[in-house]
Amino acid sequence: MEFFRSLGANTRESFTKLGRGSYFLIGMLAGISSVLVRPNLILKQMHSVGVLSFLIIFISGLFVGMVLGLQGFYILSRFGAEETLGVMVAASLVRELGPVVSALLFAGRAGSALTAEIGLMKATEQLSGMEMMAIDPIKRIISPRFLAGFLSMPLLAALFSAVGIMGGQIVGCGLLGVDDGAYWSQMNAAIDFQKDIINGVIKSLVFGFITTWIALFEGYDAVPTAEGVSRATTRTVVNSAFSILGLDFILTALMFGDN
Amino acid sequence: MDNRGHHPNQNSLVSVHNLTFSRGEKKIFDNISLEFERGKITAIMGPSGTGKTTLLKLIGGQLFPQNGNIVVNGRDVHHLKRDELYTLRKRMGMLFQSGALLTGMNVYDNVAFPLREHTHLPESMIRSLVLMKLEAVGLRGARDLMPNELSGGMARRVALARAIALDPMMIMYDEPFTGQDPISMGALVLLIKSLNTTLGLTSIIVSHDVYETAAIADYIYVLSEGKVVGQGTPQEIKESSSEWVQQFMNGAADGPVHFHYPAKEEYMDDLLHCDKSLFSRKRLFGEKPAKRRRYS
Amino acid sequence: MPHNKTQDTLVGLFVAAGIASLFFLALQVSNLSSFTKGNTYEVVARFSNSGGLKAKAAVSAAGVKIGSVKSITFDPKTFESIVKMDIDAQYNTLPDDVTASVYTAGLLGEQYVSLDGGGSDDYLKNGSKIEITNSSLILEKAIGQFLFKSAEENKGSSDKKTSPKK
Repeated sequence: MEFFRSLGANTRESFTKLGRGSYFLIGMLAGISSVLVRPNLILKQMHSVGVLSFLIIFISGLFVGMVLGLQGFYILSRFGAEETLGVMVAASLVRELGPVVSALLFAGRAGSALTAEIGLMKATEQLSGMEMMAIDPIKRIISPRFLAGFLSMPLLAALFSAVGIMGGQIVGCGLLGVDDGAYWSQMNAAIDFQKDIINGVIKSLVFGFITTWIALFEGYDAVPTAEGVSRATTRTVVNSAFSILGLDFILTALMFGDN
Repeated sequence: MDNRGHHPNQNSLVSVHNLTFSRGEKKIFDNISLEFERGKITAIMGPSGTGKTTLLKLIGGQLFPQNGNIVVNGRDVHHLKRDELYTLRKRMGMLFQSGALLTGMNVYDNVAFPLREHTHLPESMIRSLVLMKLEAVGLRGARDLMPNELSGGMARRVALARAIALDPMMIMYDEPFTGQDPISMGALVLLIKSLNTTLGLTSIIVSHDVYETAAIADYIYVLSEGKVVGQGTPQEIKESSSEWVQQFMNGAADGPVHFHYPAKEEYMDDLLHCDKSLFSRKRLFGEKPAKRRRYS
Repeated sequence: MPHNKTQDTLVGLFVAAGIASLFFLALQVSNLSSFTKGNTYEVVARFSNSGGLKAKAAVSAAGVKIGSVKSITFDPKTFESIVKMDIDAQYNTLPDDVTASVYTAGLLGEQYVSLDGGGSDDYLKNGSKIEITNSSLILEKAIGQFLFKSAEENKGSSDKKTSPKK
């Protein structure tokens, strides 16, 4: 009985949270138009969300690509199909690893920072103070950050994939002796612009949307104490990771399911 | 109906009528009525936890009461449209207990913030205004500091400069004196008084610092447990016959307000009822000194 | 708010790097660069079996890619597969009696259409039909035939030598 009671209570709590999150989302989206006329606000946030995530994405992409080159080579050489290494590296990066891994890194690097920042602004009454100055904190603080995250994500994912493909090329062609021309031409023939590249970008846009939303909402909804903010930050990373992986499955099924 | 504190006044900028507000089971305000006269400094006093900050948030329209209404400058705060409320708030300054400065920008930008958000003034004019406001609080020299480089008193003065940036008709001070050293406290007392007279502001001070508040307030309400227990000019309050007010003003540890938070059981009963294992030999005389230290 | 030049520069570099990556993915990695729409002409070929051929597969002549498969449909009357191909307009001197065959690139690779031979003076043009086609080699069929053949041979040889092990 106790189990069902707590289950019911949890369900109710989830619903109210989802409701608050939806209201928050609507406010956040409504604020976008007022942010667009002040690009300075977005630029500032793109700096803290995008530019500061650049390095981790770049290095991770390079290493993931190099590992893919190595592993792919060992498997493909068993079948004498080393020439398709480029296809394997590019397809796995562009379709899956690029959007997913960069979104996970983004949630850890930028998402947690956003949650902590907003949570602390709430704890130190900055949001409340802004409201009393007749400035809507959702429009002034939340919307620019959302837009910056949403726009940065596909750029970071593309960077991740591009760097990864080059990393795979360095290992595959430079160290393991796969033919350079075959690496690129096979990749060229097999990777479809619409099916692979565009779908990858769509994925990263969805992940950027969901991750930034979760991060900002958790910060805004945080209990305004040190412990509350730390919990909210943890929730951001955990919930973002779950959402990214779950949505990735759904999106993949929708995009590549008919093939 | 409890209408002790209600004297309708044509000269009021803010009127609180029969306000009831509760959080969960706890009634923070139980049908109270207050008047805040134009151009005067009115203080709300009472022990911590009486919801003084909540009252300011209610006046600012950030919280909604269960009952009653609040009229600011002839407008019912809780029946305004969002735009109208925001227009009204531009004319209401509020000084938060923590200052609530934006930590991401320096003192100058903090004071300029409401001007930049609400006006389209050229940067040169904003500069003049900001320097003027900073000069008024004596911190023109600190304009390049970041909020984390300021002392608590300075942060509050910067927040005050920001609150008056848009030339509001009133300012609400939330515990302006708490945690200040005597010098900053004196500076703030002086500032609040002089701003009130020079700018013709209406001030509402929420505080439990008896002497400082009584020194500058024109009228004082004393709240306790959601009710107005005393009101009047500082002189009247000091001479109040109410035991409660006397206890609060003199800071006596015991009186109508007991030193002890209400407990369900008598102290001795409570001690005896508690977990027996707490007093077991092992616990009291056990090998681990760390545990014993707790009871020494 | 005063502009921050360093910040502007960094954001600019970041956006440029991101967009460059997108272009790299689009042009260098994917087949977008081989899209030369408008400069192609369409030819049709009928195969009794087009195997694992897919739309956008390569069409090549002498191993050089000259176009791509546009669509593959099934004709329920003749039980044939109708393969429409877009050939790059610069290759406008292909004889109209070429043979279209479905081949596999490598043992496990993608299938593609190869145009070979032909000696006619008339060239393929938009809407032309390729008459001579070789169907895809179906691996199972080929293996089946091979096994059948070798079984026959074995049978023949074992009949002669008659040396059963058991």
